[in-house]
Amino acid sequence: MNPILMARTVKIGAKNLLMHKARSSLTMLGIIFGVTSVIAMLAIGEGLSKHQQDSILKMGSTNIILDSKEVVDESKVDTSNSRTNKYGLTRLDLRRIAGSVQGGEYIVPIRQINQSLQFATRRQPVILTGTIKEYSEVQNIKILKGRFLTEADALHGTSICIISNTLSKRLFAYHEPLGNYVRAGEMLFEVVGIYESSEKAVGAESVETEKVFVPLQNLKQRQGDLVISRSSGSFKRTEIQLDRIIVKNLKPEYVEGNSRIIQSILQFGHPVMDYEITVPLELLKQAEETKRVFTLVLGSIAAISLLVGGIGIMNIMLATVTERTREIGIRRALGAKKIDVILQFLVETVILSLGGGVIGVLGGVIVPELISAFTNLETIITPWSLFLAFGVSAFIGVVFGIYPAMRAASLDPIEALRHE
Amino acid sequence: MSETVVKLDGISKEYHMGEMIVHALKGIDLEVKRGEFLAIMGSSGSGKSSMLNVLGCLDRPSKGHYYLGDVDVANMNDEDLSTIRSQRIGFIFQSFNLIEQLTVQENIEVPLFYQNTPPKVAAERAIELATMVGLETRLDHRPSELSGGQMQRVAIARALANNPYILLADEPTGNLDSKTETEILDMFDDLNRQGMTIIVVTHDDPVAERAQRVITLKDGLVDHERFNS
Ligand SMILES: Nc1ncnc2c1ncn2[C@@H]1O[C@H](COP(=O)(O)OP(=O)(O)O)[C@@H](O)[C@H]1O
Ligand SMILES: [Mg+2]
Repeated sequence: MNPILMARTVKIGAKNLLMHKARSSLTMLGIIFGVTSVIAMLAIGEGLSKHQQDSILKMGSTNIILDSKEVVDESKVDTSNSRTNKYGLTRLDLRRIAGSVQGGEYIVPIRQINQSLQFATRRQPVILTGTIKEYSEVQNIKILKGRFLTEADALHGTSICIISNTLSKRLFAYHEPLGNYVRAGEMLFEVVGIYESSEKAVGAESVETEKVFVPLQNLKQRQGDLVISRSSGSFKRTEIQLDRIIVKNLKPEYVEGNSRIIQSILQFGHPVMDYEITVPLELLKQAEETKRVFTLVLGSIAAISLLVGGIGIMNIMLATVTERTREIGIRRALGAKKIDVILQFLVETVILSLGGGVIGVLGGVIVPELISAFTNLETIITPWSLFLAFGVSAFIGVVFGIYPAMRAASLDPIEALRHE
Repeated sequence: MSETVVKLDGISKEYHMGEMIVHALKGIDLEVKRGEFLAIMGSSGSGKSSMLNVLGCLDRPSKGHYYLGDVDVANMNDEDLSTIRSQRIGFIFQSFNLIEQLTVQENIEVPLFYQNTPPKVAAERAIELATMVGLETRLDHRPSELSGGQMQRVAIARALANNPYILLADEPTGNLDSKTETEILDMFDDLNRQGMTIIVVTHDDPVAERAQRVITLKDGLVDHERFNS
């Protein structure tokens, strides 16, 4: 087909469609909804998976995280207050792990005790976190002022602490925190550093209880392993050596092997499962797998809705062909080739589906924005999903336009001319 | 003697209806010279439409040769026949057969676009032809806004757009009143005087009277032939 006729065909096709505005827009609706839902669903999926990945990555992709876990043993429920519940990771575990893992960059033990921190008359609930200097490497602690824990702190068990900037504001207001002492129960700690809080709303009511870092050695000396807490009128005695051990590997490749080594070490020392191993890298892999399945399912739903849209277009075009049989006969008599007739109808279908595609893409950009605005779901529109949806709609126009167009072209000119 | 535009050589046409074979044309020989005005008559079922379809290259004969100008079009494929129609044939139908959604000008332009004419040239040609048939003020009208006579004049303009070898008309005045019929036939006369070759199928004596030669078909054969003085 020559370009002059092609331009003419497009013009006539558009004109024909505009003559039947209601019908054309209803026909496009299927494609519009299809395309919009593809993009919107993918944007939601992408947002969810990014959220999930972020929270996993925050744990550190080269880390292996071991947590102590309280075992509620039904058979040993003891109503007497004197009984001490003893569980969790031990310093022996730590030494064994440190001696066995390969390519472990840092091995960081952590002990956590809920306490309230007091300066003058102000008091704030905190998590007293005993650990070592490498913690800052593993958890990306950013020091704003002063210093973090040091080797010397671990050696001497100095009574110092590092607090967050938000806690500092609440506790010290306009006082200089560095060099001042804060009280946690019976213990006094000198504030030597301020780190950047991970909390977003600085200054507002605290959502999370903030961590206060102290030397693990110091906490052990002064607090010991036993914690007595009061819950619903009775005392609860808990003995834990370590709450958490983070093993940071040099490279992601070491993660799998080391997690297996750690597993076998812990199995040996713990007859009951009073610990938990979390491997963020594995979670990440699972999350990616979940996302793949999710995308596949969404893709299939989207494909079906586009298919339905395409069938809608085909249906209308078949009706159009019947309606315009006489016109086809006239055009054939006046010199139109079969291919000219095919292209004439194909052009109309493609205009419909591309038009639907364009509007659908607009909808696909707007709808996720609305979802983000009115819910706290994050949505991410990936450019490829726009191209994909648009491309598929164009493809559908051609695929579902071909049959009606071929039918139009295969009409016998003489019969078509006689058609009422 | 002027050159031969149409030469039918033993043209026959059979329609297969299941087991039955209908012989619509049974070996027709016919020569039409350039500038001739020929009328084809005959009772219903005599083969007029079949013959016109073959002459208009809408249908292939079952047997025989059909020379349109210098080429035998009898065995051409669909695509080549389309090209021949586009370049050498002008059609005029009883029911006008204008395209409803197109304007007068666009209707006249239709054949031009199927032969590659640039839009500007096509527009000029369409306006020229519309002026010739006296519709220069109706270029933007839709067929539904025109009278029967006006519609047939648009159809004539459209049939002439591609400078055809022959103008084929099937009962061109069948749907018109007698006053309009005369108008249209006068236009045929004018065209013929300017050298256009016209072949018209008709039941109607006034139409046949305008022709220089009248052939009458009967059972798929030329029954008789007469020349008007
Ligand atoms: N498409 C067709 N299929 C079968 N028979 C046909 C067809 N067209 C015409 N005929 C038959 O061929 C014969 C000639 O028909 P036609 O050419 O239409 O004659 P006319 O136009 O003079 O009435 C008739 O017997 C008619 O029934
Ligand atoms: Mg007939």
